[in-house]
Amino acid sequence: MKNKLHDMPIYMDYSATTPVDPRVAKKMIPYITEDFGNPASRSHPYGWAAEKAVENARREIALLVNADPKEIVWTSGATESNNLAIKGASNFYSKKGKHIITLATEHKAVIDAVRECERVGYEATFLEPEPNGLLDIEKFKSTIRPDTVLVSVMLVNNEIGVIQDITAIGNICRENNVIFHVDAAQATGKVKIDLEKLPVDLMSFSAHKTYGPKGVGALYVRRKPRIRIEPQIHGGGHERGMRSGTLAPHQIVGMGEAFRIAREEMDEENNRIKNLQTKLLKGLTEIEETYVNGDLEKRVPHNLNISFNYVEGESLIMAIKDIAVSSGSACTSASLEPSYVLRALGRSDELAHSSIRFSIGRFTTESDVEFTIALLKEKIGKLRELSPLWEMYKDGVDLEKVEWAEH
Amino acid sequence: MIYFDNNATTALHPEVLKEMLPFLTSQQGNPASNHTFGRKAHTALEEAREKVAASVNAHPSQVIFTSSGTESNNTIINGIAKAYSNSHFGYSSIEHPCISEPIKSLVSQGYKISEIPVDSNGIFNVSSISDKTKKSLTFLSVMMANNETGVIQNIAEIADWSKKNTIQFHTDAVQALGKIKVDFEALDIDAMTISSHKIYGPQGVAALIVNKKIDIIPYMQGGGQEKGLRSGTENIAAIIGFGKACERSSQNLVEFKENIGRLRLILEKALLAIGAIIFCENSNRLSNTTFFSFKNIDGSTLLTALDRKGFAIASGSACSSNSSEPSHVLLSMGVDLDLAQGALRISLGLESTEGEVNGFIDTLKDEVDRLRQMAAVAA
Repeated sequence: MKNKLHDMPIYMDYSATTPVDPRVAKKMIPYITEDFGNPASRSHPYGWAAEKAVENARREIALLVNADPKEIVWTSGATESNNLAIKGASNFYSKKGKHIITLATEHKAVIDAVRECERVGYEATFLEPEPNGLLDIEKFKSTIRPDTVLVSVMLVNNEIGVIQDITAIGNICRENNVIFHVDAAQATGKVKIDLEKLPVDLMSFSAHKTYGPKGVGALYVRRKPRIRIEPQIHGGGHERGMRSGTLAPHQIVGMGEAFRIAREEMDEENNRIKNLQTKLLKGLTEIEETYVNGDLEKRVPHNLNISFNYVEGESLIMAIKDIAVSSGSACTSASLEPSYVLRALGRSDELAHSSIRFSIGRFTTESDVEFTIALLKEKIGKLRELSPLWEMYKDGVDLEKVEWAEH
Repeated sequence: MIYFDNNATTALHPEVLKEMLPFLTSQQGNPASNHTFGRKAHTALEEAREKVAASVNAHPSQVIFTSSGTESNNTIINGIAKAYSNSHFGYSSIEHPCISEPIKSLVSQGYKISEIPVDSNGIFNVSSISDKTKKSLTFLSVMMANNETGVIQNIAEIADWSKKNTIQFHTDAVQALGKIKVDFEALDIDAMTISSHKIYGPQGVAALIVNKKIDIIPYMQGGGQEKGLRSGTENIAAIIGFGKACERSSQNLVEFKENIGRLRLILEKALLAIGAIIFCENSNRLSNTTFFSFKNIDGSTLLTALDRKGFAIASGSACSSNSSEPSHVLLSMGVDLDLAQGALRISLGLESTEGEVNGFIDTLKDEVDRLRQMAAVAA
């Protein structure tokens, strides 16, 4: 059941990155070999071919999210899109005010971009979501101030997979004349996005979370009504001045193809993945003392985040090395800190520490899921056998009331 | 089609492609992930970093991967501006827009800036910096080799002068890498920009080499990749390609010195024979670059004619080739507007052959004759 060919573990970390779809790779390769031109070269066919490919890909991005191709700006990835949106919009509209609202559970790229705004004189509110990971709309409404310039809320959370009510949040932003940015890096190909209807001004996309290559992303910038951003990278004036720098056609072509496949196949694929999720959820919650993190209804089928009580997270990860999973988001998994997302949901340190994110996708099979369930059942059983806390819990000791002796 | 526009971008070298393919086609992790997939990606990333560092004699820890030369240049300029609020930015008048534009954008934030002219040969002299400017200048950026004229600056001398005057010094070495020797440590400078797609590597990846003595506040914040100086999931396949391209670049140096220089000699001899004016002809230039113009011949007409005959050349830098503005490089050297407007650039590459050059010369002669006859008739 392991990937015998490369002797690699089973990949269950699709929210960290997805493999490049073979169809995407095939489409990319001609653009690094024969059609290698610089799309900004206007004097010869090498440049024209590259430019045409870039524009076709731009159309594909727009089609997936029902936008105009002119509203799509290429970037190097969602981190850049988020930084460009947050700094670019808050700078441009700073006359309105210098207050920014975001969620405590946003991706680091949003949180740290907002922190940078704080450093240069903005004020920020980091809203705590409800215990199910969703933002309380009334609570959000009450934090808007006359000087609120920008709101940034992610569509799908990278750690717990919950889907925020972007329409409701966006409508409140519109009523209050506030720019609304949405990080949709984890959403493309998983939830339907219709920017003609959604009250969203700026939206970030990533290729490598949707079976495209790393190193490319996009930012949607609404044209009607027109949203302005102050560019963060200056130079040759590419991307209508919003983002200078030579474009990498092969990567852009890859993102276009990845988004085309997502558009055409997402309905069917999500049904299949939903069945796998149901199976995984059923199998894993047969294990005693498991807690699913985040709302189960308003959630993408690709994600399950579960805390296994009375098991230490690090030793659990070590014990289940035959599957590749993470204990938080990839970007912060090098640190041993418990996930700040789970902490924001009000989970105890212990439960946050014992959480595993299972993220499944296009190439996950039923037998992968069966293997995972069997592996978790076995290893958690063994780890708990060694755990004095588990023993106390089984003996009916209320651990909350135990007074621990000081060392 | 014959490709003579290698300063705009280069074709990927087959050896580079070979190294990249596994990272595009088989399953790859996120280098930040703590499992086998992630660790493999991380190891490959660090190996590539070592190759890039070695190619410019820098320490791997000084290499920050970015998405383009433009991003690298913006990162150093905006990063310095944020970290040192009293900065006074100087730059040469022939810098690429991705240096001059971010610097100009700082004026509205209250920073002092100074554009420093080059001489009529396209050369930057520290003596042209006034004493007054020198006193308050804190940062200077001068490109190692110009993308349009190919003129190579005496960076060692400028760096030395900057150090003596406690001025932070950055050089954009995007066009220099792979064509001349680039030695970060020997130059003893604060920062340098290099890019992959000018050295037969893939587009979409570049680096900023930074001496840790200086602080920069990053443009992109988030997951804390690249030691916090450039967040964002690393573009693994492209970085692997960049590493390989850098490794190969020392081999290219020999090729550039011997073969490409010889081809350009043939080319320029023929150009001069039919009355072309070669800009910065007698300056120390990259051996692949020729920037030239004909009096009384419209450059864009000639460019179109050559394109129809199967030769891809440029009218200036690719980044500004959609505008019909004359080259700012030539204008700042004091070249006449008419002559600057007609300027064409040939940039040879590793794959260029003598046959291609001779074919080009024949075609060019025909076209120039034709255009001159037409002009004579019209007169």
